[in-house]
Amino acid sequence: MRSVELTRVGPVKWLVSSRWPQLVVTALLLGGLLLAIVAGLAGTPVGNRNFAIVGVWIAWWAALMLIAVPLFGRAWCGVCPVGAVGDWLQRGAILEPSGSRFGLGLHWPRALRNLWLQNGAFAALALVSVVILTHPRVTGWLLLALPVAAVVTSLVFERRTFCRYLCPVGGFIGLYSQLAPVELRVKDRRICAGHRNKTCYTGSPAGAGCPWLVYPGALDRNSYCGLCMECVRTCPYDNVAVNRRWFGADVAASRAVHLDEAFKAFLMLGSAIAYSAVLLGPWGGLKAAAHAVGSGAWFAYAAAFLAFAVGVVPGAFFVAAWISRAVGAPLLSVRQTFLRYTPVVVPLGLTAWIAFSLSFVFANFAYVWPVLSDPMGRGWNLIGTVDTAWSPYLATITPGLQVGVLLVGLAWATGAALRVAKTAVPDGATTAQAIPIVAFCLLATVGLMGLLVG
Amino acid sequence: MRRGARVIGLGGLAALLVLWGPALLRSGTEPARAGRRAFRVEASATAFRPAVLELQPGDSVAIELVATDVVHGLLIEGYGLSVTAEPGRPGRLAFVADRPGSFRLRCSVTCGPLHPFVVGRLDVGPIWLLWRGVTLALVVAFLGLWVVRR
Repeated sequence: MRSVELTRVGPVKWLVSSRWPQLVVTALLLGGLLLAIVAGLAGTPVGNRNFAIVGVWIAWWAALMLIAVPLFGRAWCGVCPVGAVGDWLQRGAILEPSGSRFGLGLHWPRALRNLWLQNGAFAALALVSVVILTHPRVTGWLLLALPVAAVVTSLVFERRTFCRYLCPVGGFIGLYSQLAPVELRVKDRRICAGHRNKTCYTGSPAGAGCPWLVYPGALDRNSYCGLCMECVRTCPYDNVAVNRRWFGADVAASRAVHLDEAFKAFLMLGSAIAYSAVLLGPWGGLKAAAHAVGSGAWFAYAAAFLAFAVGVVPGAFFVAAWISRAVGAPLLSVRQTFLRYTPVVVPLGLTAWIAFSLSFVFANFAYVWPVLSDPMGRGWNLIGTVDTAWSPYLATITPGLQVGVLLVGLAWATGAALRVAKTAVPDGATTAQAIPIVAFCLLATVGLMGLLVG
Repeated sequence: MRRGARVIGLGGLAALLVLWGPALLRSGTEPARAGRRAFRVEASATAFRPAVLELQPGDSVAIELVATDVVHGLLIEGYGLSVTAEPGRPGRLAFVADRPGSFRLRCSVTCGPLHPFVVGRLDVGPIWLLWRGVTLALVVAFLGLWVVRR
């Protein structure tokens, strides 16, 4: 399916060129973030009666994982309030293209220009996530720490260094944005090649140079583009477009990834499987250990979680890649084969997260209505919904939906594996080479099915 | 090429037989016998114990819910039934397991930080959804390989 330029449509062009729509949405979300921080720190400690827990980990998470990331990729990053304040401060302006610059504007160290810090930040949060998900105070402090860290980073380092290299959420949104049916790309690379000033990267009176430290002229996948739309505003040739495309086009391109990106993919897949066992499984001891942060049981849990997510899962895939190479593509090293096939687990990971999220989001979404009326848990009834009784939504169809989503992920991953095999092996060993990789995907899918509906 | 396709096809067939064979044989030779089942389920801040209740379709079920620390509830998704219990005052629930399948048990009364994750499972007969899902997963994988082979 060929991509279709959405910015040819007048209203879409206005939507991405004007700063107003983006600012309005960001301002609303900033209000929501502030409310979540206040509710978390000063509201009731009962999680399912507090906006910090219900608004963030049920409503926002549902919107992010079930809608925003699969359909719009990094669109959330374009309106995220966490990085917005630092961005405004740095630029000395909120709505205007640019004002007096503020901050040291240092370059991020070259050695850290990768995903390792984001991987580490996500893993650290994952280890204490049971506490974050269930204690409003902890969520409140976390929600406060994120924008503070973003502001401090923006005052020291250039552009959106925090979003690009540090934000633990941005890392996985970037990973799965590769599957979204939306992309920002230049229309004609020759125009970029002939453009001396590169205003999309350096900035102009029309707007800032790419805050995400990306040169749009070289963009070939969604991972690192924050969809802030500054390049649409600064390109003097109207050469930047937002396109509709087929799902997973970046993965279909079958390129090898770097090791940090590979580990992001495995960490996310491993975490989805581990969460399905810990949070949705019937094992009370596991939940108790995950909740008792700092205890001996928690250290054992943390070690097991890390061993599984960054050891067992990538290790099993490495073995699959090794077998795959042995039977099909000896021209590539095992490491190259491993990295070449890694994009295969991206659709598998996204569907794993969607299937996992379906279970607790639908079951707990009914808590949203009382919290809208009483976000702090203080006995208010602002919009008359405080007495809405809890009842799981779509309980009878959720398991079937989960199975369906996982099957889509497997089909997607199988297709991606076969595509990689076709490009990696010029002779007829395509199927044989893909079998170990497909077997890995099958194993992960069946394991998830067992945890989620078994 | 043809041999490979045959191997993949036979592999898929074998997988289907392995998965479905025992279930089909069992359903043919051992018709499920409905009976009376009684469970004592202890609810705590982290879990139900036992967390998995296995029944046959048609069983008459009596569940005694015992709260070991604070007030707890037990809701059976799909059946729409629930019961609550206070420490020292168990709750009782009786019903006929007339809907086959696997149903999630959830605590229905806020009981602590881990309340949303206090879950269990009620299995009425074989978990066909899981086995169908696994079978379809095998079919998807074999089909993918077969298509490329062609």
